[in-house]
Amino acid sequence: MLTPSKYWRESPQRYRLEAAKCTKCGKVFFPPRLVCDSCKNGEFEKTTLPDEGKIVSYSMIHVTASNFSDEAPIALGIIELDNGTKITAQVTDCTEDELAVGVPVKLEFRKVQEAGESGVLCYGYKAVLKR
Amino acid sequence: MREVAVIGVGIQKWGELWEKSLRDIFVESALNAMKDAGVDKIDSMYVGCMSSGLFTGQEHIASLLADYLGFNPNPAVRVESACASGGVAFRQGFIEVASGFSDVVLVGGVEKMTDVDGGTATYALGTAADQEYECYNGATFPGLYALIARAHMSKYGTTLEQLADVTVKNHDNGSLNPHAQYPFKVTREQVMTSTMVADPLRILHCSGITDGAAAAILAPVELAKSMKKNPIIKVAGSGHATDTIALHSRDDITFLRATAEAARRAFDMAGVGPKDIDFAEVHDCFSIAEICVSEALGFFEKGQGGKAAEAGETRLGGEIPINPSGGLKAKGHPVGATGIAQVHELVTQLRQDAGKRQVKNARRALSQNMGGTGGSALVHILEVA
Ligand SMILES: [Zn+2]
Repeated sequence: MLTPSKYWRESPQRYRLEAAKCTKCGKVFFPPRLVCDSCKNGEFEKTTLPDEGKIVSYSMIHVTASNFSDEAPIALGIIELDNGTKITAQVTDCTEDELAVGVPVKLEFRKVQEAGESGVLCYGYKAVLKR
Repeated sequence: MREVAVIGVGIQKWGELWEKSLRDIFVESALNAMKDAGVDKIDSMYVGCMSSGLFTGQEHIASLLADYLGFNPNPAVRVESACASGGVAFRQGFIEVASGFSDVVLVGGVEKMTDVDGGTATYALGTAADQEYECYNGATFPGLYALIARAHMSKYGTTLEQLADVTVKNHDNGSLNPHAQYPFKVTREQVMTSTMVADPLRILHCSGITDGAAAAILAPVELAKSMKKNPIIKVAGSGHATDTIALHSRDDITFLRATAEAARRAFDMAGVGPKDIDFAEVHDCFSIAEICVSEALGFFEKGQGGKAAEAGETRLGGEIPINPSGGLKAKGHPVGATGIAQVHELVTQLRQDAGKRQVKNARRALSQNMGGTGGSALVHILEVA
């Protein structure tokens, strides 16, 4: 269940792509975490993910979770951003034929879902094709 | 560390068991295992269950099930590791007997999945993925495995026909298993034209929604000998490993690192390698999963799992039969029970009791059980002592 506090807590990542960069080895974490899994350092500086990348894999999901059923089918992708960080995002504003591994995309700020009975509007990133 | 034997196994016919509750199906399988083992008391119990809370509204099931099995006040522990919960229960029971802490331990798994509608079941299963960074953006389990499938096809040239052949083989095997939920055959054409769930995965690439339980009884090999068990089926190796639960956080989304690591640990303990295994029960929650698992276990080179399936190497009578039970696809996938049901098949086969689906002269077998998209994995090796 998506509650307001749970939604609000992740907003720096969903709205602004805020990530954490290890001050020792430079590894970037999205979302931020408290310890670097590479060098075990616990200090990070705030960084912002690049908003451009390419599709690593994708699927047109026909049977969605109930909170996405109004929009089915949806295209879901794993996107590798230009710094190497990978994220999961919907790919939108395109036809199924345009989707392919390696296609360049750009992240945009979009409405992602309406949560719960009251339909709380939830925002975040979606990928669009760079044409 | 003491050597440990599996002295009994129990299961029931799986399916949509409307008339039976979670406690009924667990106790039924547990009693079958105890009868099979010839024991009337146990020292302790581990139960693998992914989400009795979301599926039935009931938590605190370890004590509940101990009560209904008639074993209060003995200790009982529920363990959860998504679809690998049963495998974890087996391993924890193994550790408890091997350490000398207990002699006779019941390890079981259960999931009652049909008390809720399909949407709620999809949500409950989705909790095995990263809720904030995968599911929030629309990911479902078939969707995540579809991403793995597409990447495997793109990287290695795996084909839709090869994916279908995994399903066809598992249904062929499942048609010979009296406990299977879907004991019938399907054709490649039926698979490739079935309803699309998450492209390229269709409904016949996906395991179903199942009510079911399974149980096994563990005891020291010495005790099994004094009970005149024949054959003695020994736990030769146990491996457990973890990986990121978010698929996108892995360097290579087509390679199941945790499964490879769990296998390495289990092979090291048993002092054997992939070539020494007579058959395997693996976690084919989706057809692509069986292909990736067969590579991570070292049965085939990376990228060759699809071709091997197409060539029939994983069929009964093939080089390395995989899922003679019918796998999760045909047997059913009550998530918490799956890891124990795999052990049930291993023991049945090693006793040469598997009837028409018997792997000839099977002496050593492997089970692989995983959670989510492979964020947790267990590998066990059983052999005739
Ligand atoms: Zn670091």
